[in-house]
Amino acid sequence: MTDDKLDLIQGTLDVMVLQTLAAMGPLHGYGVARRIEQISGNRILLNQGTIYASLVRLQHRGWIRAQWGTSENNRKAKFYEITRRGLKQLASETEYWQRLTDVVGRVLSTAGKEVK
Amino acid sequence: MDALREWLARVVAFVRRRNRDQDFDQELSSHLDLAIQDNIRRGMSEEEARRSALISLGGMQQARELHRETRGLPLLDSILQDLRYGIRTLRSDASLAVFAVLIIGLGVGASSVVFNVVNALLLRPFSFRDPERLVWIANGTSTNLSSQTVQVVNLQELRAQSRSFAGVAGFFPFFIGHGDVRLTGRGEPERVTVVPVTDDFFPLLGVQPATGRLFTADECRSGSGDRGFKTALLSHGFWQRHFASDPAIVGRPIVLDGEPATVVGVLPESFDFAGMFAPGSRVDLFVPFPLSPESNRQGNTLALIGRLKAGVSLETAQVEATVIGGRIQPRPGTPGGDWRNGFTPVLTSLRDRVSGTLRPALLVLTGAVALVMLIVCVNLSSLLLARGSAREREMAIRIALGAGRRRLIQQMLTETLALSCSGSVLGLVLAAAGTRLVAGFEATSVALLQHVRVDVQTLGFALTAALLTGLVFGLGPALRVSATDPHGALKRGEHRASDGRHRSRTRGALVVSEIALACVLLTGAGLLMRSLMRVLDVKLGFQADHVMAIRVDPARAQYPTREARAAAQTTYLAEVLRHVRVVPGVETAGLTDALPLGENYGWRLWSAGAKGQVYEGGRGLPAHPRIVDDGYLSAMRIPILAGRSFAPADIASAEPVVIVNQTLARALWPGQDPLGQVVIINRRERRVVGVVQDVRYFGHERSAENEFYLLFSDKNFGSGNSTDLVVRSAGPAMELAPRVRAALRRADANLPATEFRTLPNLVDKATFARRFVVWLTGGFAVFALVLAALGIYGVISYSVSRRTQEIGIRMALGASPGGVQARVLTQTLVLGVVGMIFGAAGSWVAARALRGLLFGITFSDPATYAGALALLAVAALVAGYLPARRASRVDPLWALRAE
Repeated sequence: MTDDKLDLIQGTLDVMVLQTLAAMGPLHGYGVARRIEQISGNRILLNQGTIYASLVRLQHRGWIRAQWGTSENNRKAKFYEITRRGLKQLASETEYWQRLTDVVGRVLSTAGKEVK
Repeated sequence: MDALREWLARVVAFVRRRNRDQDFDQELSSHLDLAIQDNIRRGMSEEEARRSALISLGGMQQARELHRETRGLPLLDSILQDLRYGIRTLRSDASLAVFAVLIIGLGVGASSVVFNVVNALLLRPFSFRDPERLVWIANGTSTNLSSQTVQVVNLQELRAQSRSFAGVAGFFPFFIGHGDVRLTGRGEPERVTVVPVTDDFFPLLGVQPATGRLFTADECRSGSGDRGFKTALLSHGFWQRHFASDPAIVGRPIVLDGEPATVVGVLPESFDFAGMFAPGSRVDLFVPFPLSPESNRQGNTLALIGRLKAGVSLETAQVEATVIGGRIQPRPGTPGGDWRNGFTPVLTSLRDRVSGTLRPALLVLTGAVALVMLIVCVNLSSLLLARGSAREREMAIRIALGAGRRRLIQQMLTETLALSCSGSVLGLVLAAAGTRLVAGFEATSVALLQHVRVDVQTLGFALTAALLTGLVFGLGPALRVSATDPHGALKRGEHRASDGRHRSRTRGALVVSEIALACVLLTGAGLLMRSLMRVLDVKLGFQADHVMAIRVDPARAQYPTREARAAAQTTYLAEVLRHVRVVPGVETAGLTDALPLGENYGWRLWSAGAKGQVYEGGRGLPAHPRIVDDGYLSAMRIPILAGRSFAPADIASAEPVVIVNQTLARALWPGQDPLGQVVIINRRERRVVGVVQDVRYFGHERSAENEFYLLFSDKNFGSGNSTDLVVRSAGPAMELAPRVRAALRRADANLPATEFRTLPNLVDKATFARRFVVWLTGGFAVFALVLAALGIYGVISYSVSRRTQEIGIRMALGASPGGVQARVLTQTLVLGVVGMIFGAAGSWVAARALRGLLFGITFSDPATYAGALALLAVAALVAGYLPARRASRVDPLWALRAE
């Protein structure tokens, strides 16, 4: 593993997939993977296979739905689209993430000071 | 909610996994296409583009597996996979699979049958309302039915004074036999068994009629005392048999002993009075038993069942009942005190009363079957260990390729569970057959045995047994194999993958424990069998062979005087005998009021005292009367020890006579000659003309009690209610039955059709419980012996095959075949002897627990131990001999070339 690439924390991939679908509209699996890689500036160590596991999970929970369609270069591909429940879920998860990073960040910075 | 939704989706995905796989494959291929095109656009060569796309995907197969895991039910998936693999492996090793399924099947079958018996007899609640609150109220601790029963007035006192009981009901137990009352008027005339019950008997038990109604309190009051039933309830079986389940019978009259009675209802099928209180017989009708001054005067007549109030314990009720019993003790001289019997209430739960005596035997059976299952498990464990060492390389390769330990254990356990479950299916089939056999025993003396059946609980039990067995015999080998060190295992050659010392020691220990367990079973079964033989050796005091009996009660018609009735009965019986005695093939015939080992009539207890002797608390010693004719003793071949048998002259003689048994003779005139002495029986004098050998009236294991024989023609005692005709024939008894029946018809055209009973059958029935237990434990012991022998054979033959080369070298160096054979046999013997030492110690402990069931031998009976050990030694030698012979025939050249 290269040092400058980030390992994904369990569960974060699902939120990123939801966010990507919410922002970009219907996308196929490859598109989702590329989009996440691009936005993260290739800083995330993404095994593209895991995207599909995440898509299945989200689909099972009813947050996204899938449909076969035709891609921009006329290929058959499966397109995923966020659902209304998915949007709700995304909102609550985003809020949760922001609170969590906020708290974790604060704790880490204070703890760091005291050690010094 | 979301979790549920996800699970549902997973199940759907699992079920449609083939479909989803195809779908995902398409998706993956489109993903790759898109990625490759992207890469080419970025300037890569086509090959490089494909390679890079695959790398970022993380591999096709990995993506597929990850998808499957997230999508479906991964655990179930892998189990199915293991199962498929397991079945494939087992198919390649079919003999092992067949053997395992067979012995698990036998084991599970046997234990399921025992479970069914235990369930029916000890566990399943009675089909009464709140059965745990029902108690049996005996009168004193004697097992004698006459003294266990209670007088009407005492029942009434108990009801009035007790606060512990919600109710106390009773039935008249002395009628339970093989047909006491003549049923005429509808269909074939038939003798039926009638049980009189008190008015609240059925309500107390919580039994509701299937059709019609129960008795009213009024009907139970208006009975005339002796006979004359006005109403009757039909048992379900009798209703089906005699009235073809005709519901219209309710409200119709039937004729019982010449008197009309109305059928008021039919009892439900679930109510099996006979199965509970009189196993092996049948009960046809119930009639009201009046609680009246008349019935009170008959003395102890009622067997009592009480229902405890909610929250009252058996102990509390016992304390209170004892107090009441003391309060209502008879006081001679007070008004009514003369005809009141004593009452010492002894309470036991109904369950204990019905099947309590069988509990030890059932526990023994349970223990035996548990041992059998243990041996089955040990045997399979040892087999799997052997196979495990053959599969060591396979496991090593799997581990080397990255299979986790848990995954390997799961795979091994899946295989063993598949085996044990298939075995259980076979076991259930066997159990169904065995249970049917057990429930079908006619000559049973075991209460509730006919209620043994295969039901949902049996299924549950078999399933549990299968899972436990699979885990127990599979876990050890699974742990062992999964701990294989791949490095070492792969380095060893396929053929040289010899066992480590450790493993062969484990197998040795398993075989030793098999031998020990088999030894315990053999000794236990041996002790029980020798007890049975001792029981069968008991001199019953009569010869049962070639004797049959049939009820020929005289009609209970009304006669103006007692004398007229006696005369009519005497004439009738004489006529019966005259016709039967001339039937070709009949040697002798006689009459008795009660057959030995027969039914409850034998429990009648009178007093007999030597003239001039004063007895404490009464006019004599308690003794059983037997009313017979002058042909009975010779027909039964009851030996006359002194004096003479009854003679035809005694019938007309002015001085009435009596014959006593040994026990009574000794009790009344210790050290004196009983012949010519005078006995006072219920205040009447009878002169002793003979002494006969004791007859074991109540069963093989109960010693004889005081008995005396009187004649039917005796003017004071003669009019018996029940009369059995006893016929001794030259050949097999039942062959004569049709001719005897025809002769009886000539004597009395209206004689109801009743079945003949043979005395050998009665004898069999008396020893049924013991034989039942011996058969089962014996079967288990043989099974265990065979398994132990197979275990020994397996281990020795395996070790011989592993050491073929070594043996070859030894023989090349000059070892003789005999020497090789001796070495292998010695190895066998060491295993056998160690197993037998442990086994003997275990047997000693187990046998101590058996003590209560032994008869005529002690639990340390040396012959039994010697026999069991000898059997084991022979089995071990036979099992060791075959591989030993094979070892001695190893061709050194071949063995060395095989290297």
